[in-house]
Amino acid sequence: MSDFLSAPYVLEYTYTRSTGPVIARFLESLRYGVLEGVKTADGRVLCPPLEYDEAGTATTGEFVQLRPAGTVKSWTWVPKPRKGHPLDRPFAFALIQIDGTDNAMVHLVDAEKPKRMKTGMRVRVRWAEERNGTIRDIACFEPVLPYLPGPVHLQYDVRPGQHYTAFLKGLEEGKLIGGCDPQSGKVYVPPRAADPVTGDPTSEYVEVADTGVLTTFTIIRIPFEGQKLKPPYCFGAIVLDGADMPIYHLISGVPYDQIRMGMRVKAKWKPREQWETSLENILYFEPTGEPDAPFESYEEHL
Amino acid sequence: MAEQCAVIGIGQTKHRESRRDVSMPGLIRIAALQALEDADMAFEDVDAIVIGTAPDMFEGIMMPELFLADALGAAGKPIFRVHTAGSVGGSTAVVASHLVQAGVHEKVLTVAFEKQSESNAMWALSPAIPFQPQLVAGAGGYFAPLMRSYIRRADAHPDTGCMVAVKDRAHGMLNPYAHLHLDQSLEEVKAAPMLWDPIRYSETCPSSDGAVAMVLVDDKHAKRVKNPAWVRGTSVRTERTFFAGRDQVNPRAGQQCAKDVYDQAGITNPLSEIDCAEIYVPFSWFEPMWLENLGFAEEGLGWKMTMEGQTKLGANMPINMSGGVMCTNPIGASGMLRFAEAARQVRGTADKHQVDGAKVAVGHAYGGGSQFFAMWIVSSER
Amino acid sequence: MRNVAIVSFAQLPSVRVSHATDEAELVQPVTSQAMNQVGINQDDIGFTCSGSTDYLPGRPFSFVAAVDGLKAWPPIRESHVEMDGAFALYEAWVRLLHGDIDTALVFSFGKCSLAPVPDVLNLQNDPYYVQPLGLDSISAAALQAQALIDSGKATERDFAEVAVRNRKNALANPNAQIKGNFSVDELLKEPYLSSPLRKSFCPPLSDSAAAIVLAAGDAAKKLTKRPAWIRGIDHRTEPHSLGQRDLTSSPSAKLAAEKAGVGDGKVDLAELHAPFAHQELILREALGLADDVSINPSGGALAANSLMTAGLIRFGEAASHVLAGKADRAVAHTTNGVCLQHNLIAVLEGE
Repeated sequence: MSDFLSAPYVLEYTYTRSTGPVIARFLESLRYGVLEGVKTADGRVLCPPLEYDEAGTATTGEFVQLRPAGTVKSWTWVPKPRKGHPLDRPFAFALIQIDGTDNAMVHLVDAEKPKRMKTGMRVRVRWAEERNGTIRDIACFEPVLPYLPGPVHLQYDVRPGQHYTAFLKGLEEGKLIGGCDPQSGKVYVPPRAADPVTGDPTSEYVEVADTGVLTTFTIIRIPFEGQKLKPPYCFGAIVLDGADMPIYHLISGVPYDQIRMGMRVKAKWKPREQWETSLENILYFEPTGEPDAPFESYEEHL
Repeated sequence: MAEQCAVIGIGQTKHRESRRDVSMPGLIRIAALQALEDADMAFEDVDAIVIGTAPDMFEGIMMPELFLADALGAAGKPIFRVHTAGSVGGSTAVVASHLVQAGVHEKVLTVAFEKQSESNAMWALSPAIPFQPQLVAGAGGYFAPLMRSYIRRADAHPDTGCMVAVKDRAHGMLNPYAHLHLDQSLEEVKAAPMLWDPIRYSETCPSSDGAVAMVLVDDKHAKRVKNPAWVRGTSVRTERTFFAGRDQVNPRAGQQCAKDVYDQAGITNPLSEIDCAEIYVPFSWFEPMWLENLGFAEEGLGWKMTMEGQTKLGANMPINMSGGVMCTNPIGASGMLRFAEAARQVRGTADKHQVDGAKVAVGHAYGGGSQFFAMWIVSSER
Repeated sequence: MRNVAIVSFAQLPSVRVSHATDEAELVQPVTSQAMNQVGINQDDIGFTCSGSTDYLPGRPFSFVAAVDGLKAWPPIRESHVEMDGAFALYEAWVRLLHGDIDTALVFSFGKCSLAPVPDVLNLQNDPYYVQPLGLDSISAAALQAQALIDSGKATERDFAEVAVRNRKNALANPNAQIKGNFSVDELLKEPYLSSPLRKSFCPPLSDSAAAIVLAAGDAAKKLTKRPAWIRGIDHRTEPHSLGQRDLTSSPSAKLAAEKAGVGDGKVDLAELHAPFAHQELILREALGLADDVSINPSGGALAANSLMTAGLIRFGEAASHVLAGKADRAVAHTTNGVCLQHNLIAVLEGE
């Protein structure tokens, strides 16, 4: 028990507000999604409209329709909205000068983060879905962004060519298929439409081993969008036994700081029942435990 | 060759991660109008336009030159679109120079741009395509193994990449158009997280929005300015991504491209006869690799030039005076930015990153898996 | 200026779906054929240039895979345009004018069977005001066709006559995809795809590839008896916005034709890249072609339309007549963009 007495108390009441001719008209227009200002005797426009200007001179009662957009003259960021705030997420209170007016209106700007707020920024009215003739018919203002979404959605077919198809069909059966143009004798994995040196197709298909030499590699430590593995992990170039150029794949089954150039590796296949027409049938390459290949033996593949 | 070709106007945008303040046409107009003003010309003086940009999927506009034709005052004129992967900015300038040299046109405006912030580069470059191995390595995953190969072959000092980053960022501080303005010490660069071992975060290029433009003219019109940059050699070379026995660290296509431009310009010793070079270095380790590939250093010794500080402004072979790709990388424009900086140097208009008395400069770009190369040599002398 | 000629041309038959070919497998046979025809190989080629678009396979840098169809060792001088292969030919022509090399290989490839082509082509439209409305290529062309009708310059019957003639011509072309003897009345009974365009007024979608070898001066004469000399070549664009152009005419084609010298002599035949029937009428007028000019003896793009390749094929078809001595002066045309925005025209002559 505290020595000090305390008890909750609520002061709550809904008043009946007479609006008078100017405010009534303004709020009634909001109900229809129309923003209006009133002209002053000296030719200025006020929004929200008042019956008199700051000098006490009566306004004219002449209304002008306004573009529901304006410029932020000043603002404050509210990181933790209070109960009575119209928005339940962080927002800005701002003084907003509606286009074509000479004063400013207090309202909210729904900007997600304070970084997006700036004096002088352009904002537009976001109308409340249900409007009943109050200033909250303007749900808030929102930043006018200098860009717009440009969605593209196109549906394509993908058809690998005959040489790549031969490679994929091989993978379906757990084989690595290479191709060779007999004129050059070099084995390409996958087979190619043209041997780079002869220009003729590598149409003589040969199976190469799923073992080889890791020539060079990188340890990937960066997380990025679309990534399937958790860094760090190794990605490297492997010259398979029987092939004359490297393929790229993941290296695992060994602590990544023990991976070396010249390491002998072997494919770690997925369980057979999970095989598809994909190089992903091989999960990764892992060390065979054989002695490393000497640098000179794979230097030409770097 | 029917005509000589000279660069008489150069313009570029301030490059930033996101140029949300301008539309795509607005972006290229900043560069194009600046280049025209520099050349004392207007759109109506231009005979033809050559435009380059990297994959259309970055901006989601197919053949954007069609849409951008109006923004470049192209109606009633030829407009031509080049796309050669990362080297595109360079090859675009090469095509533009050929139009002049061949005598087809007298005054050509060439523009390259990328507004990478319109999409996500990772999405645009690596869509998930059926039957293709899925994304496992990320942007640096293909190049990092090459760096490791280089380090092993050259027995290079492990700090070389970091030294390049410190140097290029220091150069970038002098360039108000550069995207990154980072004053970094070697310790800070070395302390950055390793992304693709041996590539640290601090050793990679940014992703930028930006555009660059040049006005290329023949002899007759070169007189419009007092300091034209004469195109003394241009070349492109291509080899395939993979083949048996391919040297990926020191690709033959790059060597041949360099030899070709040197021969055209009558250069026998690039190190002594060339005053400075802007070369395409998206990952810092490419500097020593390209120093060797382009003949500035003996094979295996490029890293020593870097470590000894020979590639800094003020030293004997300044490389990437503008801060290079390490500071600014609107992909489709990056190659042309290199070519344009070379031209600025020999025109003496490179402001704070000017190499004193530069007369002969190289611009270089590459693309794909180190397989597409484009270069030019510009000189203050005709 | 050096004289440059087309000395050989090869194409793959246009088909709706080419199942077992990727980019490289389209490129390898067609480039080999074009070089074999004149007894040379890649080592004899000074410059190689191709045209294609990433949006047909839906994959960035798709042209890189096409390089895998070439012998590229030792490294080659090579370039690529994200335009129809005919524009690659233009770049190669410029390159040959330099004088340091004598031959060039030009190729292009297009597999329409992979992509929703009419929707893909919407991506050529203004991204702010038109792309979001999904203006497909058929509807865009239909706006132009209707404008032509409204201007009194042509009728639907005229469109049908163009379609009938092209597909009849295609009967003699083993590489064409849509061919036959159709009647005008029959076509006019087809439902509209987008009015006033009916199916037969629109191009088919084709998979194909094509290659051309260019050679300069004496080299051309050594390679073939009767080279098809490029006497004039020029391309021009128009403003992009459909609302700021007179769609019933083609000032850019007219200007390009003038610059290329189309009107400087009698034209025997013209291969016009008019994917939609009404566009042939617009082009004919723009180029000022006389009534006796044989238009599209190959059947044109209404008989076979491999995007990015159909334009290069027009150049190849026109050149074939000259190479074979069947024509002395031929016109080749290629278009790019929505409603004929960008046009490339060449005049090819025998000796």
